[in-house]
Amino acid sequence: MLRNAIAQAAKPALRARTATTLSAGFPKATAASLPAKQYGGVYTVTLIPGDGIGQEITDSVKEIFEHVNAPIEWEQYNVSGMSSDGEQLFKQALESLKRNRVGLKGILFTPISQTGHVSWNVAMRQQLDIYASVVLCKSLPGFPTRHSNVDFAIIRENTEGEYSGLEHQSYPGVVESLKVSTRAKSERICRFAFDFALKNNRKKVTCVHKANIMKLGDGLFLNTFRRIAEEYKSTGIQYNDMIVDNTSMQLVARPGQFDVMVMPNLYGAIVSNIGAALVGGPGIVPGCNVGREYALFEPGCRHVAKDIMGTNRANPAAMILSATMMLRHLGLDHLANNIASATFDVINGGKVRTADMGGSANTSEFTDAVIKNLS
Amino acid sequence: MFAARNVQSIARGASRGSQSLRGYASAAPTAAFAGQKGPNGKYTVTLIPGDGIGPEISQSVKDIYSAAGAPIQWEEVDVTPILKNGKTAIPDAAIASVRKNTVALKGPLATPIGKGHVSLNLTLRRTFNLFANVRPCASIQGYKTPYDNVDTVLIRENTEGEYSGIEHEIVDGVVQSIKLITWDASERVAKYAFHYAQANGRKRVTAVHKANIMKMSDGMFLSACRQVAKDFPGIQYDEDLLDRACLQITQNPAPYADRVMVMPNLYGDILSDMCAGLIGGLGLTPSGNIGRDASIFEAVHGSAPDIAGKGLANPTALLLSSLMMLRHMNLNEYADRIEKATLGTIAEGKTITGDLGGKASTKEYTDAIVKRLSKV
Repeated sequence: MLRNAIAQAAKPALRARTATTLSAGFPKATAASLPAKQYGGVYTVTLIPGDGIGQEITDSVKEIFEHVNAPIEWEQYNVSGMSSDGEQLFKQALESLKRNRVGLKGILFTPISQTGHVSWNVAMRQQLDIYASVVLCKSLPGFPTRHSNVDFAIIRENTEGEYSGLEHQSYPGVVESLKVSTRAKSERICRFAFDFALKNNRKKVTCVHKANIMKLGDGLFLNTFRRIAEEYKSTGIQYNDMIVDNTSMQLVARPGQFDVMVMPNLYGAIVSNIGAALVGGPGIVPGCNVGREYALFEPGCRHVAKDIMGTNRANPAAMILSATMMLRHLGLDHLANNIASATFDVINGGKVRTADMGGSANTSEFTDAVIKNLS
Repeated sequence: MFAARNVQSIARGASRGSQSLRGYASAAPTAAFAGQKGPNGKYTVTLIPGDGIGPEISQSVKDIYSAAGAPIQWEEVDVTPILKNGKTAIPDAAIASVRKNTVALKGPLATPIGKGHVSLNLTLRRTFNLFANVRPCASIQGYKTPYDNVDTVLIRENTEGEYSGIEHEIVDGVVQSIKLITWDASERVAKYAFHYAQANGRKRVTAVHKANIMKMSDGMFLSACRQVAKDFPGIQYDEDLLDRACLQITQNPAPYADRVMVMPNLYGDILSDMCAGLIGGLGLTPSGNIGRDASIFEAVHGSAPDIAGKGLANPTALLLSSLMMLRHMNLNEYADRIEKATLGTIAEGKTITGDLGGKASTKEYTDAIVKRLSKV
């Protein structure tokens, strides 16, 4: 799907930088067995700007979409996780997502205190059963980092594992936290990873685990992976597995060896952050969460960035690129290509960059530059 | 030019030592060294050479120590598992030796593959209550990686968490793995982290956690850290999400040079190896396990059976671990001297082993360090 979209792209320069803009590459038939809601050629999409810099970077997306006349109608919910009062609105947003089946989302704040509410980000993923998180880490042309030629996709199980939320204090000072691993969910995420590799013409799938210690839990994940890999043998996709501590060491030393990586929930949080850091930070790494019925697009690194909230300094690139993934999901490839290549041109040009990429431009200036580069 | 480089590297080594930027010392009332010198004026330390390249790199450490005149007398023990009541176990003699000396240096052990083996490392950890794993990572001058100026210290809770080993299959295809967090273990490791920071001139302790998701378990770990922080008004305390720590260390590790990170077991396992990756892998990173009844310092790399016996192995990780041990025993002067000679030899780049891009054998590298010892 991605490679086709790229082949169609007019600008040959785009060929070199496909992976960061690609659509999730999930089989459309599965992900959108229920089509997105569309009236008269206009798609209704749920928009949850989220906390921190969310408002600013989604404004940037709205502005760009308006400029290209994207046939998208936003159904916006300003949910905030800063206090637990927003629960009613959160539920409405969830209902809206269930209606529209497609959403764009920033990150909601989750309090650390034990009396605070549970993570609504996680609740959303679990309730919509958007089980696969896809994060793409690829070196950007024109923005050299410590490592070059990074190009891998992280496929992360999104609905169970350490994020089960099941905890109890069996005795004062003794707490148990349950990590739940199931064969069914391991199987579908592993299948997703191999399908993704196939669709995107990738060569290798690496399973990241800690089965040497969690022999039953991660053992189940690893064994399932191996079984599924066997099924995909005829496709010629290679596979291997790696223990998570070694993976993180290899990532910072020789990231070039990774192609598609599949892993349980918590390791995904770690690997996606290391991956983002390798290519230039959370401001440029897009991502999405896909299930059988719903697709929710959000920046690949799930940071709220409260510290620079409201200062117009945030880098909207990750959100813009996530939105182009959404456009591809809706079949609006020409718009997606236009916006994505404009964004990459701005970054490659090097003149207009936000502070996280070593520039001095603010969010609005970056957005304006992208709009100027639209064809 | 060559001479100038020499002087420069030595000078740099000296300034490092005096600022104790690279201190591996460890002194906490919970696990302070209380060994006594023997009649020959030397401390006895248990040496577990280990498997594969273990004996070679242990020999290298012994040679350097005798050249440096370090007051250490090695008591070599074998930990090859024996069968005891149908279970594999560490020989009693080895356990008795570590218990008596309270300090041990350990080479890599090959993990037997197959069922029924409890890992030797785990057995040692349980036997001696090794509750804190200390993993410093500092850039080695002369071995170029994409990262410069790495100087992190990570302290990992070593006895519980995700590695509790409590797992069960509830019904077919549904497994629960239990992460166990206790107040006592959290408090104990937090205390050690603050002591370490104090003893090594680091002004901040950062607890790394995921308490937004695991509110009770990681939440309790944080509560324990906060409680302990009150007893150390001179040390700043803050908290960082695991996600953020991974991101920031990989993007720019330099700001982490002023602090000690403390965290539960699994996060520590992953982050410590990630930091090792920044400076060039496990062949260059030391490690210490601090316990109530004994402390064991070890090389965490594998036993490299493919090059065993060929005299090609790099003993640096074990040597640096032994320096942590010397500092644990308050033998700082010896540690500083050996460290300067070692880092100087690597920085010079003439006699380094194959894994660092050189051509020297273990013996040649060892001899170069011994030679340099007389100059520092």
